[in-house]
Amino acid sequence: MTTVAAPRPRRRDREADDSGVRARRWFTPWLLIAPGGLWLLIFFVIPLFSLGRLSLQDGGFSNYPQVISDNSTVIIRTFVYATCATVAAVIIGYPLAYVIATKGGRFKNLLLALVVLPFFVTYLVRTLSWKILMFDGGPVVGVLHSLGILSENQGVLGSPFAVVAALTYNFLPFMVLPIYVSLEKLDRRLLEAAADLYSSPARAFRKVTLPLSLPGLFAGTLLTFIPAAGDFVNSELLGSERTVMIGNIIEKNFGKEFFRPELSALSFMLMAIILVGVIIYARILGTEDIA
Amino acid sequence: MNPPNWLRAVGRVSLWVWAALGLAFLFAPILVTVVYSFNEPEGKYNYVWNRFSLAGWTDPFKYPELTDALVFSLKIAVVVTILSTLFGTLIGLAMVKYRFRAKGLLGAILVLPLTMPEVVLGFSLLTLFVAVNWSRGFITIVIAQVMFSISYVATTVRARIRGFDWRLEEASLDLGASPVRTFTRVTLPLIAPGVIAAALLTFALSLDDFIITYLNSGLDSTFPIQIWNMKRSKIPVQINVFSTALLVISIAIALLLVVTNNRRARRLAVGS
Repeated sequence: MTTVAAPRPRRRDREADDSGVRARRWFTPWLLIAPGGLWLLIFFVIPLFSLGRLSLQDGGFSNYPQVISDNSTVIIRTFVYATCATVAAVIIGYPLAYVIATKGGRFKNLLLALVVLPFFVTYLVRTLSWKILMFDGGPVVGVLHSLGILSENQGVLGSPFAVVAALTYNFLPFMVLPIYVSLEKLDRRLLEAAADLYSSPARAFRKVTLPLSLPGLFAGTLLTFIPAAGDFVNSELLGSERTVMIGNIIEKNFGKEFFRPELSALSFMLMAIILVGVIIYARILGTEDIA
Repeated sequence: MNPPNWLRAVGRVSLWVWAALGLAFLFAPILVTVVYSFNEPEGKYNYVWNRFSLAGWTDPFKYPELTDALVFSLKIAVVVTILSTLFGTLIGLAMVKYRFRAKGLLGAILVLPLTMPEVVLGFSLLTLFVAVNWSRGFITIVIAQVMFSISYVATTVRARIRGFDWRLEEASLDLGASPVRTFTRVTLPLIAPGVIAAALLTFALSLDDFIITYLNSGLDSTFPIQIWNMKRSKIPVQINVFSTALLVISIAIALLLVVTNNRRARRLAVGS
């Protein structure tokens, strides 16, 4: 996961990673790599090609415009939900990571343990527990009623809000942990220097802390956005027909007619959009100076 | 330029409150999972609190399909952990210790599964199984889980063993130890903590995984898949009972690991 963290590793870092000695016998490293490498080749790389080929069956490249126009609402909805969940995760996760990293003191490890605690309960059960929390008469609905956001007879389940909230929850630890790591590494003397040079704390945060935590923010954003965009569990358990995402379409059809080229085109498109997004995002964060 | 003190105090307090709310957000569903294992639901669905009861805990194996699924999940997790820890550790070792061509390419192939939605990984693997006409079940689930776990193991092991002094191995060989003895007495103790961490991570990931496993499971059901299949007929308390039991066991193992790690660190500190 740490490999994702650096949008553009500095030359020196990369060399440190790749150091190592020439093996006494040239084939030693290859022998070590062979079992796992072949596994990845056969069950990861080749299937991607098989998926790509399948997506071009029958209609060729015209499958793609077809799939996009057939599912345009769902595609847009998927990326809107994933974006909302990611933004919400930043808003909740960054301050949390900041407090743990800079003010955690001796409770740091305990607080981190609380952040990863959700992983000790299966994903599906966690999501079902959200269903309990958001059930009519439950605490979430109660709070929204008393705040006047919902009228008396309205519920939350089935709404986009329920799906986005659960997506945010499920992938929030992936946002907090990388940000925590980058804030933890931050050299506190830089902040002292900023204060000595008459910078206000807010300005020091903007000029020092934030730029130096960008790699963590970058990794966290990807680790939240990617699984959120491909998810179908939250929409199925907490949503309704109004909240169908790309994943739900694949989930609904893979058993019956999964050889359908359209379904392959849909998954390939999901992957392609995410990969292109990742590259653009890496470019922006890697080159532009955030001032 | 600087804001007044009272404003800063307000800022500091609200930062703390916000962080506490974030923690509560993460913690609430876990608490619900545990508390609702003591519920006695009115109907078939354990969604609304009715009254306190120990029924779920005194009769945890009431639904054989759920128990079988949990056992099936544990079996898969054991096999997946052994295979991917072995394969991933070997890759991690090769990448840290040796210089060879295609290291960059291998690194990219290792990261790629982590940057892809599970549904794409699972569906593309399924198209392969269908193309070669393989029926789905235990073996295809293991294949799918090992596929994504190798990356996690290799990355974890690689990060943990970077910067070790591999000349110790040469010293052992020079002093007449056989390669096997060198591996068991020098290499293994060096890399063990990283490998154990990776193995535990893999075990947890295997138990937890739903999307990739579901797409490649055929008619077999792991614990999450069984819950998924039951969701339209019943959501019994036993789901929460098993989840709470697994949660307690996981916390116990994590605590044990922290204690032994601390002890090891202290021993090393005394030794040096």
